[in-house]
Amino acid sequence: MSGLIGKKLGMTSIFDANGKQIPCTVIEVGPCVVTQVKTSDKDGYSAVQLAYGEAKEKNSPAPLKGIVAKANTTPKSKFAEFKGFEQELALGQTITVDLFAVGEFVDVVGTSKGKGFQGVVKRHGFSGVGMQTHGQHNRLRAPGSIGASSDPSRVFKGMRMAGRTGGVRVKKTNLEILKVYAEKNLLVVKGSVPGHKGSIVLIEK
Amino acid sequence: MDAIKFVEQEFTQEKNFPAFRAGDTVNVHYKIREGNKERIQQYQGIVLQRRNAGLNETITVRKISNGIGVERIFPLYSLNIDKIELVGRGKVRRARLFYLRAAKGKKAKVKERRG
Repeated sequence: MSGLIGKKLGMTSIFDANGKQIPCTVIEVGPCVVTQVKTSDKDGYSAVQLAYGEAKEKNSPAPLKGIVAKANTTPKSKFAEFKGFEQELALGQTITVDLFAVGEFVDVVGTSKGKGFQGVVKRHGFSGVGMQTHGQHNRLRAPGSIGASSDPSRVFKGMRMAGRTGGVRVKKTNLEILKVYAEKNLLVVKGSVPGHKGSIVLIEK
Repeated sequence: MDAIKFVEQEFTQEKNFPAFRAGDTVNVHYKIREGNKERIQQYQGIVLQRRNAGLNETITVRKISNGIGVERIFPLYSLNIDKIELVGRGKVRRARLFYLRAAKGKKAKVKERRG
């Protein structure tokens, strides 16, 4: 999957040609610099490592400084690997949002918003105990039974329970590209993408 | 944030609305598509509020239809809004006139604003 690294800027809504209001997300995409070209001869697989976002030199560890120095560019804050670019890419080459065209469908990967410790209704979509009346008074959102009794005498591993929710990698697939602003490095996609405003996202084609 | 304003600006179509605010009476000409036919429906009432800004601004318009209060929310930059006419200006002391929903008799009236 070829793609680029970007930053979620926020959401708004626009009107399409039929006058329908469409929710959309504005993403700043690239420009990304090629910092490594991996080949199957040398690395066992072929891929391209891209870098996005400026970082302070003092905050960059030495190995990353070496990588960016080889690509003849400044220290970067986010690195990611992509495969399957159509054109041959050279070290130090810059890729911009031009990679995408209006009407194409992309996948967007990000880290979802952290929601803290949540119960099973929010976390796993349980429906709760079902009734609010008929004697139910304090277990409306309870998980119900978590297993049988003396056989097996334990709770099976992987039983869905309450716990930390959100803050995991999420991929939202098949988002239509509504607009590309090449001079401002902006991409407008239909619908929502994972994560907070300002969070790093990967846009895969 | 600037980038979002830029995108909204790019998608905004120029509309020549008269300057109006909450309390004013407006007549909204709304395009309605039935099959292939398009006709224009007029909806006249008092503006209860103007909400949001830029491309996503909406207005809430309230009128009394056959003795029943009716409220409609129009996205101001919707392509279906043909035009908005300012019918009368109202003298009100707040930006959101939700008190009109419960008001009866004289309290439900909005005085005319002059000048």
